[in-house]
Amino acid sequence: MAIYKRTYRAYAGALTPEWSRFWVLTRYAWRYLFRSRVMTGFFILCFFPAIVMALGLYLNHSESLLRLLRMPPGRPLIDDFPLYFRVFVQIQTGWAILLTAFAAPTLISPDLANNALPLYFCRPFSRAEYVLGKFCAIAWLMSLITWIPGLILFLIEVGLSGPAWGWTHLYLARGILFGSLAYILVYSFIGLALSAWVKWKPIAGALVLGTFFLGAGFGAAINAVLRTKNGYYIDTGHMLNLFMGTLFRVPAGDDEVSSVAAVMQLLAVCALCLWLLSKKTRAFEVVR
Amino acid sequence: MSALIELQDLSVRFGNRTILDHLNCTLSGRAIGLLGPNGAGKSTLINSLLGFHKPAGGTAQVLGYDIRKQTKQIRTIVGYMPENDSFIANMTAVSFVRLMAELSGLPSEAALERAHEALFYVGLGEARYRKLGTYSLGMKQLAKLAQALVHGPKLVVLDEPTNGLDPPARQRMIRLVQEMKDSGEVRIVLCSHLLHDVEQTCDEVLILNQGRVVHYSNLDEERKANLRFVELETVGDQAPFAEALIKMGCECALLGQGRVKMVLNNGVEIRDIYRVAGERQVQLRRLNYRRDSLEDIFLKAVEQGSRPPVPVGSAAHGNL
Repeated sequence: MAIYKRTYRAYAGALTPEWSRFWVLTRYAWRYLFRSRVMTGFFILCFFPAIVMALGLYLNHSESLLRLLRMPPGRPLIDDFPLYFRVFVQIQTGWAILLTAFAAPTLISPDLANNALPLYFCRPFSRAEYVLGKFCAIAWLMSLITWIPGLILFLIEVGLSGPAWGWTHLYLARGILFGSLAYILVYSFIGLALSAWVKWKPIAGALVLGTFFLGAGFGAAINAVLRTKNGYYIDTGHMLNLFMGTLFRVPAGDDEVSSVAAVMQLLAVCALCLWLLSKKTRAFEVVR
Repeated sequence: MSALIELQDLSVRFGNRTILDHLNCTLSGRAIGLLGPNGAGKSTLINSLLGFHKPAGGTAQVLGYDIRKQTKQIRTIVGYMPENDSFIANMTAVSFVRLMAELSGLPSEAALERAHEALFYVGLGEARYRKLGTYSLGMKQLAKLAQALVHGPKLVVLDEPTNGLDPPARQRMIRLVQEMKDSGEVRIVLCSHLLHDVEQTCDEVLILNQGRVVHYSNLDEERKANLRFVELETVGDQAPFAEALIKMGCECALLGQGRVKMVLNNGVEIRDIYRVAGERQVQLRRLNYRRDSLEDIFLKAVEQGSRPPVPVGSAAHGNL
């Protein structure tokens, strides 16, 4: 209908499937995020380590290039693949936390600042779908810089070394995938929870970083003063590293908590964040 | 016309406080006004109908859908304009309305087209690429109306749509509501403190007080009934004049300072009043058909509702 016909008319066209509507929020969040040149530039920069690591893998198998670089013959450039891939995941998860600090505060706080939530929830759109839509916005961005390039690197190495190498090192692919997913899950939930509770975006971003750095500082202080290892329970970054180490078959030190305890702590953090989110993502707050 | 809203013993409690207390009523008008003093439960009723608050008892149906079991269906066919500010400041109006349309299930292209249409319809066509944070209060109200209409709902719930608007903006909003009602494609529930707005736009009124239904009326019928009310200003001895009118079967009340209020009996016409006044040597200085305004109805209803509880069914359907 032409816009000059200014009369009310009902909509009689087709509707999108209900299950797909959370994706609308994800699309809009990305559109908003990538309006910022800083964000776009930063996101492109996040792929730089993956390119360097891919070049490293290629170099490792190119004798002519190694000769050109005057590397000693018969000695590979990369001799510890678990460490190589683990370092890659740790670099990328480092970018991911910065990405979370930058992007997560823009997700929920603008909706809360001017009370837009009743408009979301007066539609056939649930609170769970709302959180899922916002979660996907940040989680997919982190996926694009963590496990997706990580698995591509793994496949490159499989292509260069052969399927036999792939089978014997399959645990590395599992480590890249599940280790990255653990980081993504925890970062995303912390970012969303802080975005819901802290309306001022710079503060929310700083708190995302603070959660990890302050947690690490306090955890270390508790361990040192009380001569215990319970301080690790408030150091979420350490628990993530521990979980990642388990996946990459790195033996844990004697002064570490068990990997089961690490997983439980990470699940508890996620549950706490979900509870905080459920408190804020309501159409109306009821004063009882 | 099919029932728009059916309240069946609906109760809502927040903790120990009863906000809505066993509401029973059937509303079937094209535009329904929801009235009541502050804290009467109007907004809670709207929120309960939209499924935001779970009923503590009873239930309600919106266009045949049960609010306990079919919330999603209700939200699909309802457009809601909340009372308070509700927008995303850093979005343009067209993006915001399009987002809301997509969340209601419209495909992206259709949502964009409808967003433009809705914004033109409410009169924000020229400002649709401006960020909502830069809008005036009146423009924000119109943007809220646009998002309520964009998905083409069968019922639009407007919670205080004229709040904070200056007179021209208020008139514009009222005109839009009237146009929507007249289009016949959408039915309206209008919740307002401004009785004049409700009177101008609605054909049925439900008055709430202290969480109870204190009055339900069909304004068209009320208007017809009110044609028999007459107010007089007289000079002279009123007592014999009033006595003569009562003898003719009219109800009559002397209000002092020469004012007489009466209800004409069937068969008694205005010329009979002039005749009796002439016979009793009473001068008629003014004669008005006194229409019971919505304000009168509202005040009486609220006054009655403040008294000890009356049976809900009779209050809901009784005449005042």
